[in-house]
Amino acid sequence: MKKIPGYRRYVPGTQPPHLHPPYVSSIKRAPLQPLVALPHTLSEITGPLFERDIADVKACDLTRQHSGEPLGERIIVSGRVLDENSRPVPHTLVEIWQANAAGRYLHNIDQHHAPLDPNFTGSGHAVTDSEGRYRFVTIRPGEYPWGNHHNAWRPAHIHFSLFGPAFATRLVTQMYFQGDPLIPFDPIFNCTEDEKARNRLISQFDWETTIPSQALGYRFDIVLSGRESTPMETHAHGEKL
Amino acid sequence: MSLQTTTWQTVGPFFRIGFSWLYRDNLTEPGVSGERLEIAGRILDGDGKPVPDGIVEIWQANSHGKYAHPDDPQEKPGELGFTGYGRVPTDDAGSFHFTTIKPGRVPGPDGKLQAPHLAVSVFTRGLLRRLVTRIYFPEEPSNAEDFALKLVEPGRRETLIAKRIEGRTGELEWNVKLQGEGEAVFFDI
Repeated sequence: MKKIPGYRRYVPGTQPPHLHPPYVSSIKRAPLQPLVALPHTLSEITGPLFERDIADVKACDLTRQHSGEPLGERIIVSGRVLDENSRPVPHTLVEIWQANAAGRYLHNIDQHHAPLDPNFTGSGHAVTDSEGRYRFVTIRPGEYPWGNHHNAWRPAHIHFSLFGPAFATRLVTQMYFQGDPLIPFDPIFNCTEDEKARNRLISQFDWETTIPSQALGYRFDIVLSGRESTPMETHAHGEKL
Repeated sequence: MSLQTTTWQTVGPFFRIGFSWLYRDNLTEPGVSGERLEIAGRILDGDGKPVPDGIVEIWQANSHGKYAHPDDPQEKPGELGFTGYGRVPTDDAGSFHFTTIKPGRVPGPDGKLQAPHLAVSVFTRGLLRRLVTRIYFPEEPSNAEDFALKLVEPGRRETLIAKRIEGRTGELEWNVKLQGEGEAVFFDI
């Protein structure tokens, strides 16, 4: 059987360590034994695929999931999903979740003294198009306090979850907003050593996707691990399933 | 290489909002071939306390050892109704469970077949990126020659192998100790 190339390993320093004591929750949950390096096999270079119609229109417009409009500043969050070889990652599932404009999550363990919004769930998902593009309409999430240390506040952020083409390309991250004064103080944002890698988590205000009189646009491109060597021919052969 | 993989960030405590629409605790459908198994376990932290805000994701081949994915070049039958993907949350006791079938063997890097296994991602608040591990099966002779198990020091291999529950056929137990005594084996992939 022909050998199939695996996916690239992370560049040192560009990913967080498992243990990052300033983020207190990592102290009792991070493994202490070294990870076991595993060469990629068929189990890692394949991964879950989802139907292209798994996300409907409402799923990518978080302002239209209820009878009324949510409170807050409406924004467009869009970008491209690419691999390390600059190739678009088409038809891949992107999931997001976030707090409402007041900085409150629709979740029973969120006890922050801020109002819930009956018109905002804070959950969305989309499938990238053939060029790897995705687009969400949502509201700008609020900052909120958390118990990590005295007077700890999370900068405004949106959680992102992506699959990519393989088990090895899975990614969960958070998107931040340009100019947020809380970013330099956030132990979660700061968990990655490489400053450039960290700063790529900050979305950029974008005139091109801003809609006049409606919503400001923010651009957030996401890069998933790419193939190690020249990728095998794109799979033009039909799927059996 | 022109770009760099985006930096991971923790799923935090509120991932249910984004993840629950795709919870799948039963990977099988009627008519899917293979030995049906219920796998249950707990995620525990370094103090042995349950992790109530965790997620386990499963990726696996079908009973013939074929992945539902175009990059699997094997001439083996796919099965309608079997995607091989599961996603389950932990509850207040740190417990999770899912129903699936025992996968067939798939090739390893040396061309030899691997022992049947599930690829697993663990996400919790406090984990800055996912932990990758595998679930192997008890009383499986091919475990002895599996390349990935052989990469692990012998004393720690058992954390990767699910256990039978006495008197309950078709049920397996597999726990994830994140840290400390009995720490599970996690892979760098």
